[in-house]
Amino acid sequence: MKIHEYQGKELFRKFGLVTPRGFPCFSVDEAVEVAKKLAGSVWVVKAQIHAGGRGKGGGVKVAKTLAEVKQHAESILGMQLVTHQTAPGGQKVRRLLVEEGADIKKELYVGMVVDRVTQRACLMASSEGGMDIEEVAAKTPGKIHKVFIDPTAGLTDADAEDVSRKIGVPAQALKESRELLKALYRCFDETDASLAEINPLILTGQDRVIALDSKLNLDDNALFRHPDIVAMRDLDEEDPLEIEASKYDLSYISLDGSIGCMVNGAGLAMATMDTIKLFGGEPANFLDVGGGATAEKVTAAFKIMLSNPKVKCILVNIFGGIMKCDTIAAGVVTAAREVKLSVPLVVRMKGTNEDLGKKILADSGLPIISTGNMGEAGQKAVAAVKGVKS
Amino acid sequence: MSILINKNTKVVTQGITGKTGQFHTQTSRAYANGKNCYVAGVNPKKAGENFEGIPIFASVKEGKSKTGVNVSVIYVPPPFAAAAIWEAVEADLDLAICITEGIPVRDMVHLRERMKKEKRRTLVLGPNCPGVITPEEIKIGIMPGHIHLKGRVGVVSRSGTLTYEAVGQLTELGIGQSTAVGIGGDPVNGLKHVDILKMFNDDPDTDAVIMIGEIGGSDEETAAQWVKGNMKKPVVGFIAGVTAPPGKRMGHAGAIISGGKGTAQEKLAVMEACGIKVTKNPAEMGKLLKSVLK
Repeated sequence: MKIHEYQGKELFRKFGLVTPRGFPCFSVDEAVEVAKKLAGSVWVVKAQIHAGGRGKGGGVKVAKTLAEVKQHAESILGMQLVTHQTAPGGQKVRRLLVEEGADIKKELYVGMVVDRVTQRACLMASSEGGMDIEEVAAKTPGKIHKVFIDPTAGLTDADAEDVSRKIGVPAQALKESRELLKALYRCFDETDASLAEINPLILTGQDRVIALDSKLNLDDNALFRHPDIVAMRDLDEEDPLEIEASKYDLSYISLDGSIGCMVNGAGLAMATMDTIKLFGGEPANFLDVGGGATAEKVTAAFKIMLSNPKVKCILVNIFGGIMKCDTIAAGVVTAAREVKLSVPLVVRMKGTNEDLGKKILADSGLPIISTGNMGEAGQKAVAAVKGVKS
Repeated sequence: MSILINKNTKVVTQGITGKTGQFHTQTSRAYANGKNCYVAGVNPKKAGENFEGIPIFASVKEGKSKTGVNVSVIYVPPPFAAAAIWEAVEADLDLAICITEGIPVRDMVHLRERMKKEKRRTLVLGPNCPGVITPEEIKIGIMPGHIHLKGRVGVVSRSGTLTYEAVGQLTELGIGQSTAVGIGGDPVNGLKHVDILKMFNDDPDTDAVIMIGEIGGSDEETAAQWVKGNMKKPVVGFIAGVTAPPGKRMGHAGAIISGGKGTAQEKLAVMEACGIKVTKNPAEMGKLLKSVLK
């Protein structure tokens, strides 16, 4: 799960990280009120969306008067913010963060992920703050310093100071940097984060060390023990089809192609998408119906796939194991009738009760293209789409 | 022969009284030598009772001392699953197979560190895996037994249904399997591709291996590098997710391209460079394997 920058900073502060003072705002008036409350002479108005690269897209602006705060809030709130991480049409800005301005002397980078090889949390730090870390990794990998953290000990003083020195934190700021990094690890560990990133982490003119930004992604599997974080979920930032799918316990992801696919199992679902591509088509989605696909679930899956106007054909690929082919066939027939299916439907079924399943499809009287081989299914789906176009 | 498990394996089921545990215990026991293999279950609240004749014990340790089990299969719900794996590890079993999907990554990180620190010898398979099967001997997990055929090809995969797909293709071609292993779709897990390949390499009754991977992490690359220098048997491969968009988790917690790393293209290139024959058509995994058999 992703959360907004201001929510990430709230969590940061709970663990003792220093951030600029600031508050979220949902209207222009609120933005001006917040600026007044913060006092001072410089403010930053920041768009809150679940994507990076907001500054370059015009979603982060510095204001030196309250009139400028108002002006920036007006221009950012409601805009379609386009960044390299949003969809091409951008993401609508519905929330702002208004913060006190910071005296930036130097911009650094710190991030934390779970390293799959060592099976430990990995702290990554670099002197190249404010840049895309992938870019730094590609161009100057020597500038990224890593520490693999022993979860029984946490991030040690020695490691935290050592990495701070390597990224250019001066002696007089070492203690503050060390404490911030240790707090970042505690936050990462205790919130069950999958990614914690501060880009940039700044050194101020007074040698303070401050988290100017926050990016915190949480492990979906661990949300059951973090109701406070679940409450931060912002549905406006998520794909409505993915939200709808999650209600039925379907794993769905929208893609750009024209062939909707419904598959059991994540690996087979990806392989089905790949097959479509291999034969010259493009998948419209990833959809794993999971192990216990009922008629209700299949119907929901069909409705979700078909609510994407780009879908010109549906490909169902089921390897029946525990889930029996006849059960899924009955579900497919019910679903196709209920949604009054108007695009070609290709069904590939294999495994337990395969013959019974195929018979149900054939007897339904629906124009279902049935096959037992997944390569053939891909080819037929691609051909069906081409047929629709011509 | 086979790897990891055979007809003499004695299994304890953790989570035997839950709906999932009951169902899969029934189907696994009905497969091949299952009747003799499934000898114990665990549930502290139901110790002394039994599930269809399988005695239930308060702990894995007790089950081991009373019945001599050496392998555990775990169907415990996610919040308690890492603790269940630890219980099997502490009881010093040979292998703990965790079927449970949805375990927090942090629980696995802490578990793996503890195992390393205490130098525990128990192997862990999974979590979030279908389990392992040695055809016509024993099935431990949720895979459909009937699609398998006894033989000399090893199968290792991160995905459940994609493993069944490969096995189904082999069986259709009349090619049997020595053992089929699902290592699971989580980012922090136990046995990896490379560990299973080493076992197949050492198994006198395995002639060739199908290795199936997917986007995310670098386990396939590590395995491929090992194959290049050490594997004495042909390996063929498939990687799912050529069409997966970056930054999105494709169903499995571990199936994600992050920071441009872990793409299918990258994995396929390394595998090919290491002498593994790969196909981009998942419908041809079986045919590809057939082409490398002597």
